[in-house]
Amino acid sequence: MADFTNSFWDLYIVVLTILGIVGCAVLLYSQSKTTGKSGETTGHVWDEDLSELNTPMPRWWMWLFYITIVFGSVYLVLYPGLGSFAGKLGWKSSGQYQAEVQAADAEFGPLFAQFQKQDLKAVAADPKAHAIGERLFLTYCAQCHGSDARGNKGFPNLTDKDWLFGGAPETIKETIMHGRNGVMPPMGAAVGTDKDVENVAHYVLSLSGSTADPIKASFGKEKFAACMACHGADAKGNQAIGAPNLTDKIWLFGGSADTIMETIRKGRNTTMPAFAEFLGDAKVHVLAAYVWSLSNDVNQPAAPAQEVAPAAQ
Amino acid sequence: MNEPAPQVIKMYAAREEIYPREIKGKYVSLRWLFVWLTQLVFYCGPWLQWNGRQAVLFDLGARKFYIFGIVLWPQDFIYLAALLIISAYLLFLATAVAGRVWCGFACPQTVYTEIFLWIERKFEGNRSARMALDKQPPSLKKFAKKTGKHLTWAVLALWTGYTFVGYFTPIKVLGSEAFTLSFGPWEWFWVVFYAFATYGNAGWMREQVCKYMCPYARFQSSMFDKDTLIISYDKERGEPRAPISKSKPVSDNGSCIDCSLCVQVCPTGIDIRNGLQYECIGCASCVDACNSVMDKIGQPRGLVRYTTEHGLVNKYTPAQIRERTLRPRVRIYTAILGLIVCAAAASLYLRTPLKMDVIRDRGSMGREVEDGMIENVYRLQIMNTSERGHTYQIRVSGLDTLTQVTADQVVVAATETKAYPIRLRVAHGVGKAGSNKIDVELKAIDEPSLHVKEHAVFIVPR
Repeated sequence: MADFTNSFWDLYIVVLTILGIVGCAVLLYSQSKTTGKSGETTGHVWDEDLSELNTPMPRWWMWLFYITIVFGSVYLVLYPGLGSFAGKLGWKSSGQYQAEVQAADAEFGPLFAQFQKQDLKAVAADPKAHAIGERLFLTYCAQCHGSDARGNKGFPNLTDKDWLFGGAPETIKETIMHGRNGVMPPMGAAVGTDKDVENVAHYVLSLSGSTADPIKASFGKEKFAACMACHGADAKGNQAIGAPNLTDKIWLFGGSADTIMETIRKGRNTTMPAFAEFLGDAKVHVLAAYVWSLSNDVNQPAAPAQEVAPAAQ
Repeated sequence: MNEPAPQVIKMYAAREEIYPREIKGKYVSLRWLFVWLTQLVFYCGPWLQWNGRQAVLFDLGARKFYIFGIVLWPQDFIYLAALLIISAYLLFLATAVAGRVWCGFACPQTVYTEIFLWIERKFEGNRSARMALDKQPPSLKKFAKKTGKHLTWAVLALWTGYTFVGYFTPIKVLGSEAFTLSFGPWEWFWVVFYAFATYGNAGWMREQVCKYMCPYARFQSSMFDKDTLIISYDKERGEPRAPISKSKPVSDNGSCIDCSLCVQVCPTGIDIRNGLQYECIGCASCVDACNSVMDKIGQPRGLVRYTTEHGLVNKYTPAQIRERTLRPRVRIYTAILGLIVCAAAASLYLRTPLKMDVIRDRGSMGREVEDGMIENVYRLQIMNTSERGHTYQIRVSGLDTLTQVTADQVVVAATETKAYPIRLRVAHGVGKAGSNKIDVELKAIDEPSLHVKEHAVFIVPR
């Protein structure tokens, strides 16, 4: 118990507790007899005129009082409560939590273990795993990615085929397990003047055939060189570092010229937290299969068809 | 003055055993009727089946209460409150009219004590035999009688505990577990605890539960008034009490022959002739006892009888006492009770076994999608509290062009909860910036009467 920086407070509580319990016992014993005549009052008067007759209470009642004293004493020996004494049973609230987690793992572990052995695409095709995955998603992922998994500003849509870090089932699992950090550095200085930034923004818009000023875009093309390191010469991005494809109409932070200019000037920083420790491999396995199933037809690439797929490419 | 010297008084005294004498009469028969009624319901209740499941089951683990055709969820907690209020008012009303009739005839403490006393009589004999037995020194015969009694009590108590737990965990499963003694830890605890409580309260504690433990016994005196039925000894007619003797003419004496039968039959060990006492549980055994004596000595019945304080003083006839029953207190209790019973019954009858929460995704205020449409995401938490699966049609209204993009039908299995995300869209420029009120409606396709409508908010970003 690190709450006490000084052993005085520890002793203070121990002494007060023990004195309190002993005091109860002494009081109980001393009050179990009185002198006088039956039918008199005990002499105590409350609220001006409320007094108590010395009629005896049932004896078992007295034993109940003694039992509470014994119970309290035994409790203080077995469980924490007496200052910093941890109790003979070594009970801890964190230990109780661990025990509950272990019990839950023991109950549900085999179910997850069974899925864990299967290929992610096979898990995705399993309706039972899909239902579990959906519940896991709604509990742990929906806060950022939305209940419908279509994302929000700054949080990618998981139901389309556009992936920042890659959409293969194993890659999705890795993303969930270890998290991702998407960094777009502030590029204002590298691109040049405010005018240059605007030109680059219009060039980026023109890449996906969005409405853009063609003159500004043509000026911007030259300055886009500063962006190629990450987004590539063809602006199709790089999944190894999470640089998005700029030639589609999918925008993580918004596709207006103003928003793109803001992105270039101030940069962007996104974080996908790691779930390896919190959920564990087995749950993430089911979850990754569910997320993959959101943008893929789970019934088509059945297990045998998988081997044909690479050959076809 | 010759005052006795002060002496040491123990503030805690041992209980003095009470040996209630058995008696026959209409009130004792009435009590046995209630014993049978309440215990038939209690012991048979968990064995009843309804549509292939236990008819009455309070499944605490799944948080579902099954009561015949009704399945109550935690959201229906209000009905428990209604049940408690109804019980309380029934108690108030019964007490105002007839005193402690609940205590005397239907309270489990009274009912189990009656059963346990019956067992006690079977093993140890009548009152005098029991008193004699307890005074005897230990002997094999005494030991055998006592052991038999306690074993029978214990078996009945364990059966009671088992039945009680059977209301919370399926009793048939519990039965098969009982054969192999493989109850779960909590099942063990509650079976043994409830059995112990039954054995202890009905076997050992008896009247002390009413005298020292029951809060109701103490506060119900505040529901009494001078027109409340109480069991009372007619002092004017009874006194001066004297035993029958041939030498003395009866006319000088009152009707009470001081046979003390009313004291011997009393389960709380009081003398009703001392007037109304807090220990009296209103069991009317003394009425039966006194009436039997009056019959024997050829006097009219009713020396000890149900009457009221006003009735005693003003010498009301039973008809006059009945006339005074409908006083304002009784009318008010009846009115409130009737109102609550009607409201609860109507609410239970009209209740829809379908609940829905519409939870808007808080992550975003509303996203812009194709053609400048504004999209909001909601999660429908659909609770199908009926025992059949249904397909529900989702309808949305409240804003122009408000449409649902996701599938507008959802299947929810029997007594299941389902979280169903939906996406709603309005055209660009519809609705004011900020929140707009919309309605989400759910209707079972196969049963149009099953429908709920919930309010929600659609947010149009500025």
